[in-house]
Amino acid sequence: MAKILMKGNEAIGEAAIKAGCRYFFGYPITPQTELPEYMSRRLPEEGGVFLQAESEIAAINMVYGAAGSGVRVMTSSSSPGIALKQEGISYICGAMLPCVIVNIVRGGPGLGGIQPAQSDYYQVTRGGGNGDYRLIVYAPANLQETVDIMQEAFDVSEYYRVPVMLVGDGMIGQMMEPIEFKDRQPNFQDKPWATTGTKGERKPNIVNSLYLDPQELENNNLALDKIYKEIEKNEVRYEAVNVEDADVVVVAYGTTSRIVKSVLEECDKEGLKVGLIRPITLWPYPFEAFDKINPECKGILCTEMSLGQMIDDVRIAANGRWKTHFYGRTGGMVPQPDDIKAEIMKILRGEK
Amino acid sequence: MSIVYKRSEGLTDAITNYCPGCTHGIITKLVAEVMVELGILGDAIGVAPVGCSVMCYNFFNCDMQQAAHGRAPAVATGIKRVQPDKVVFTYQGDGDLASIGTNEIVHAAHRGEKITTIFVNNAIYGMTGGQMAPTTLIGQKTTTSPLGRTEEHSGKPIRISEMLATIDGAKYVARVTVDKPANIAKAKKAIKKAFQTQLEGKGFAIVEVLSACPTNWGLAPNEALQWLRDNMIPYYPLGTFKDWEEE
Amino acid sequence: MAKGIVTFDEKYCKGCGLCVEACKKGIVALDNTRLTQKGYHPATITDPEQCIACANCAVMCPDSAITVEKID
Repeated sequence: MAKILMKGNEAIGEAAIKAGCRYFFGYPITPQTELPEYMSRRLPEEGGVFLQAESEIAAINMVYGAAGSGVRVMTSSSSPGIALKQEGISYICGAMLPCVIVNIVRGGPGLGGIQPAQSDYYQVTRGGGNGDYRLIVYAPANLQETVDIMQEAFDVSEYYRVPVMLVGDGMIGQMMEPIEFKDRQPNFQDKPWATTGTKGERKPNIVNSLYLDPQELENNNLALDKIYKEIEKNEVRYEAVNVEDADVVVVAYGTTSRIVKSVLEECDKEGLKVGLIRPITLWPYPFEAFDKINPECKGILCTEMSLGQMIDDVRIAANGRWKTHFYGRTGGMVPQPDDIKAEIMKILRGEK
Repeated sequence: MSIVYKRSEGLTDAITNYCPGCTHGIITKLVAEVMVELGILGDAIGVAPVGCSVMCYNFFNCDMQQAAHGRAPAVATGIKRVQPDKVVFTYQGDGDLASIGTNEIVHAAHRGEKITTIFVNNAIYGMTGGQMAPTTLIGQKTTTSPLGRTEEHSGKPIRISEMLATIDGAKYVARVTVDKPANIAKAKKAIKKAFQTQLEGKGFAIVEVLSACPTNWGLAPNEALQWLRDNMIPYYPLGTFKDWEEE
Repeated sequence: MAKGIVTFDEKYCKGCGLCVEACKKGIVALDNTRLTQKGYHPATITDPEQCIACANCAVMCPDSAITVEKID
């Protein structure tokens, strides 16, 4: 296929359609509104259904109903809207329904701002909603990676019966880059559990997350845990650059990682040994990537557009082997290459 | 010998968790009977609420989904929009529909979603032990209105049927009760009409059923039905508020 | 002469008494001498000969515990 120039939000929508998604329930919120707008135009063209719900809460519950009916369905929102969806997401996980949720992150807390941020890391990887559950969380750094992930997302979600969340900061949603949609066949799973009507030929199917008997609820949780362990084994994705002999390793994802890469280029020209670990899945987190880091590394710098949320996982990954540091900007302010470089230099000089 | 009345095939074998004398049991079986009589049981997908009828996903002999509190109309919308040929219904209490779920029911009605809602109104939060609901009557004592509801503090009870009837997308709106066999027969007719509204593709249909809660009203079952007649019917009049066949 | 036969399934009967009130002939009562497995006093017919098979009891029963048969 030829490369075309598309805006992130719209590219996500088109990739979903290519992946066989025909149903979208969503709500306007900056900076992702172009995605529901795009789907409202494209889905009827493909024989699908777009519905703007009365709220993000209603939208995620419509997704629950549709997912329970066995179709490929998605929703999208941005940070405060994702917060509203948390109960619905928890129900979807408890009922083991597949779906894709897109979060184009903006500044918070509360109404916050409309500029890009990475301050939803906790919300997307630490539950967000109630109970023991996980989402498979992807954080692409450019639009090609975004559409590639979207084209696979529904297959992954259906295979495990676990929701997939695609996290873009506001930049990913808004920027335009040349992309190419892969010519790939979606891999549909059979769904004998779906509520499609018994037709008098089978026992009723029940989509449910309620288990009042504690042993039954524990069993449901253990079944989920087994799946999560499978996902941790199979679905970790990351990029590791020059970590084996690095004096400093920077850990960053999404748009921030692109800024870090430009800093790394500069460092490389100066003969400085600086590496990068770029998680592509935020959950499951690429803990294994840290095992490749130079044992003599002077420090790990976690850089985020937040006041430090992924830093917790970086500390867990480092496991006391190296000192960990944080640098970030928040509120929609974007970290500047010079400032990141300055932090790296502090570590190299032993000032930190 | 011929059978005059027996347990409906639209019900599973399950013993319900409804209290003795709770009229949820009558309403649940009416819905089951109607689905059998209309021949739609195999195409039906119901949405259970949060409340005393949360486990009705175990009582109806059809596919079911259990929804978050108040969100059943949104879940039903999702199911119906992706499976328009199926018969989709919600079964909700007043704590569910008339409180946390008012946004969802209004918008489902407003969009004219072709779903059928059975709204069981017993003027109280049953499952959680008898708290005040938006439908609780003035002067009614509950665990969160121990001195009796007052208009000054909490406003007057909400009349859902009258309110939804003002919405164009709502094509059949009726309020019935199940306090005696004659009214049960009328309630069944209304429930049947509400399903037919969906089958004919007309739009949103809701039947509000005034129901008794002996446990939390602190009355024996037959006394509770009398309390319903004396107190609920005067405030929540029975009748049809919207009927697409009469428009 | 009985026109109908009424049976109560004690698996479902919760002894709520709605059938007692609903019976047109006043021949339904809760049996205070017995308990079901769940500890309820089950409904029973006191005078089967009077039954007219109106099925009010069965219509009223919230637990679908009652079967009414008409004697042709």
